Amino acid sequence: MHHRFGRIVLPVLVIAGLLVAPVLTSGAPRTSWDAKACGRVGGTLVFGQAQDAVTLDPADATDGFSVNNTSNAFDTLVRFAANGTQVEPGLAESWRVSSDELVWTFKLRRGVRFHDGTPLDAKAVEFSFQRQLDKKHPYHHGVFEYAEFTLESVKSIEAVGADSVRFTLKASNAPFLAMLAMFSNAVSSPAAIRKYGKDYFKHPTGTGPFKFVEWVQKDHVTYEANKDYWAGRPCVDRLIIRGIPDNTVRLLEMEKGGIQIMDQTNPPDYARIRRNKDLVLFTGPGLNVGYLAMNVEKEPFNDVRVRRAVNHSVNKPVLVRAFYEGIGQPAKNPMPPTIWGYNNEVKAYEYNPEKAKQLLAEAGYPNGITTELWWPNRARPYLTQPQKIAEALQQQLAKGGIRAKLVTFEWGTYLSKARNGEHPMAILGWTGDNGDPDNFLYVLLDADNAKKGTASNIAFYKSGALHDLLIRAQRTSDQARRTALYRQAQEVIHNDAPWVPLVHAGRVAAYRKQVQNFFPHPLDIRWFYRVWIEK
Amino acid sequence: MTRYVGRRLVETVPVVFGVLLVVFVIAHLTPGDPVLIALGEHATPEAVEQLRAELQLDDPLPVAFLKYLSHVLRGDLGRSIQNNERVTVELATRFPATIELSLAAMLIASVVGILTGVLAAVRQNSWFDGLSMFVALFGFSMPIFWLGIMLILLFAALLGWFPISGRLDYTVEIVRITNLHILDAMVTRNWTALGNALHHLVLPAITLSTVPLAIVARMTRSSLLEVLRQDYVRTARAKGLRDSRVVTRHALTNASIPVITVIGLNVGSLLSGAILTETIFAWPGVGRLVVDAIFARDYPIVQGTVFVIALVFVAVNLLVDVSYAYLDPRIRYG
Repeated sequence: MHHRFGRIVLPVLVIAGLLVAPVLTSGAPRTSWDAKACGRVGGTLVFGQAQDAVTLDPADATDGFSVNNTSNAFDTLVRFAANGTQVEPGLAESWRVSSDELVWTFKLRRGVRFHDGTPLDAKAVEFSFQRQLDKKHPYHHGVFEYAEFTLESVKSIEAVGADSVRFTLKASNAPFLAMLAMFSNAVSSPAAIRKYGKDYFKHPTGTGPFKFVEWVQKDHVTYEANKDYWAGRPCVDRLIIRGIPDNTVRLLEMEKGGIQIMDQTNPPDYARIRRNKDLVLFTGPGLNVGYLAMNVEKEPFNDVRVRRAVNHSVNKPVLVRAFYEGIGQPAKNPMPPTIWGYNNEVKAYEYNPEKAKQLLAEAGYPNGITTELWWPNRARPYLTQPQKIAEALQQQLAKGGIRAKLVTFEWGTYLSKARNGEHPMAILGWTGDNGDPDNFLYVLLDADNAKKGTASNIAFYKSGALHDLLIRAQRTSDQARRTALYRQAQEVIHNDAPWVPLVHAGRVAAYRKQVQNFFPHPLDIRWFYRVWIEK
Repeated sequence: MTRYVGRRLVETVPVVFGVLLVVFVIAHLTPGDPVLIALGEHATPEAVEQLRAELQLDDPLPVAFLKYLSHVLRGDLGRSIQNNERVTVELATRFPATIELSLAAMLIASVVGILTGVLAAVRQNSWFDGLSMFVALFGFSMPIFWLGIMLILLFAALLGWFPISGRLDYTVEIVRITNLHILDAMVTRNWTALGNALHHLVLPAITLSTVPLAIVARMTRSSLLEVLRQDYVRTARAKGLRDSRVVTRHALTNASIPVITVIGLNVGSLLSGAILTETIFAWPGVGRLVVDAIFARDYPIVQGTVFVIALVFVAVNLLVDVSYAYLDPRIRYG
């Protein structure tokens, strides 16, 4: 470059560019997503996950593979922050709550269009929600399991004018806003739903940063950049999401550059990825818990001393080191520290097999107890190597006087039986959906969820005191009050010890060095909107 | 002959019905709720009950089976529990991939297997005989899973001669008529796609062919050895015919009957071996479809897939039986 050019013209251009840039990106209100700029525009991003999508209808998807797809092609009214679980404006630029906390009114952004060109308006939003909830809706094609779960508290939804949507709740429900940000509440184009009917799940049409191009089923889905995206076009031109079942093959593809980001790495492969200069291994705290639930309706687990004895018999740091490659932390509460309201003051039951034996003797079992330890035969994020972990626990418990026979079933069977309370002790876990404490504590430990056959509270723990705290926390949206209530709830749970909380697995993601702005979200959903690829 | 074929076709009806019945019963009686699997830890009691009702999972078994049967007779294999797609459509999009892989594997197994078997028999007890039979045994004993990954590691990852996984590079455009990439590419004269598809097919086809190849090689060898000992072969040699003529014209056709039988039977093992191969190579075929469906308790998909596989099996075996008449004139069907 000419000397003068470098000294004068270039700095001027840079300054001019900096002045112009905010103007170019203005029009969309600042959210945590906007803060991430594209270092380079263009290129194709290929993401490899363990399975291809099952469905591309965001309202009907329940598995992570489908959700990783739909979350890039669709938007919700409100969305999670780019690097946390706080809720931010999405398709709704603002909202108000009535004083009785029963009516939420969302004001939609103007000028947003679906990928098929039809406009996003209040009627479209209403249609999108009603089709999930109303079984008599002409386009209720699908099962929409998450609608039940996330919109439980909603009494009615109606469009108000062209750009406002009003949700009236049955009772004040603070977690409602976080529920609304969940993937199943994405807004679909009514025109597309009408056009494709039962085949809509193969023709996803949303407002998101990536526009659907084609789906070669069981292989990959192709998207192209939505250049008219309301928050600014995505950095890459094309996004391809592939399904590659074998973990080793997926890693090989990434090493060779066939894919740039992969999901679900094997812990034994972490060292190999770290050694590879072309790859990055991201680790961070997870939003999950692995636990051992004791069926408090079965002897001897109806005695809190026995439950505490079990707690004293487990050596958690050893498990984390051995089976999670150190990526994760021992758990003392049912919910992980990444969630607001976590009570760090709870005093964990220390590892002390002698104390365990003592407690068992006090409870009337001087020779210890003989029981079963159930474990699920499928790796989960919170349970990386189920069989080995179960075996390790069996050995640990034996030192505390608890002789447990290992019992396992294949995943579907295991869930059925655990939900039916057939186990004395069972290992299970939970991954948070929306970063709200209610999503952990109420779902997993409240009396409301302890019905045989469908229980998500597989300890069948029914505490009036806990129930009272959790319901009060649902009924107010005052964050400080909710935090205080949840902190108390964790103390109650700790004292009653229906579980041994085992571990909060860390989250891991691996990608190639050229991938920039990729943040593996705590909710374990892969958003690629602001990702760009260095040349 | 036509009467024979007709009779055989009629006989397939109870066979297929039996298969359908057994699969239906096993699938439905296996513990595990498709609803719970779909929802995972997230099922709420209401969601579970609602879904069960919508999927009509609460019908008593005989009623459910009769409903299913009446649909099958009308060509309706039902809809997937996981995404509501018609089972016939799912199968139609997936089967071609498996067919392509299986045919390629079958081709390799038959051609290489027969050649090896013939050479080994003709040069019995030579180094070639010993080595080839050892290699055959090795291929037969090695788990497909391990073999596939070894091939990928060596030829794809290390040497870079072949792609690692998948059926086609996403950068390659192809018009999907039958979804058999090789055929579609040739028909549309899309030579890039043809080359790319073949390139992707090599490693998985080799992996899948190892077991049938070993069986065909050994079967050819032993069958041919037996035939070569026959008097008429000695006569042919005594007449002064060249050895190669003796083998190909006189011995091989007679030796081929057991070999054809074995190839036909191997179609079944290919379809099941395809499951492992498809998993490793991320090959979007019917093997992966049915495995995923089993774990998800997606009854319509499992039933539909097994039904179609049973039909394929029956058809292949019929073809094998009919081919006997051409290979051995002594065999007649009345």
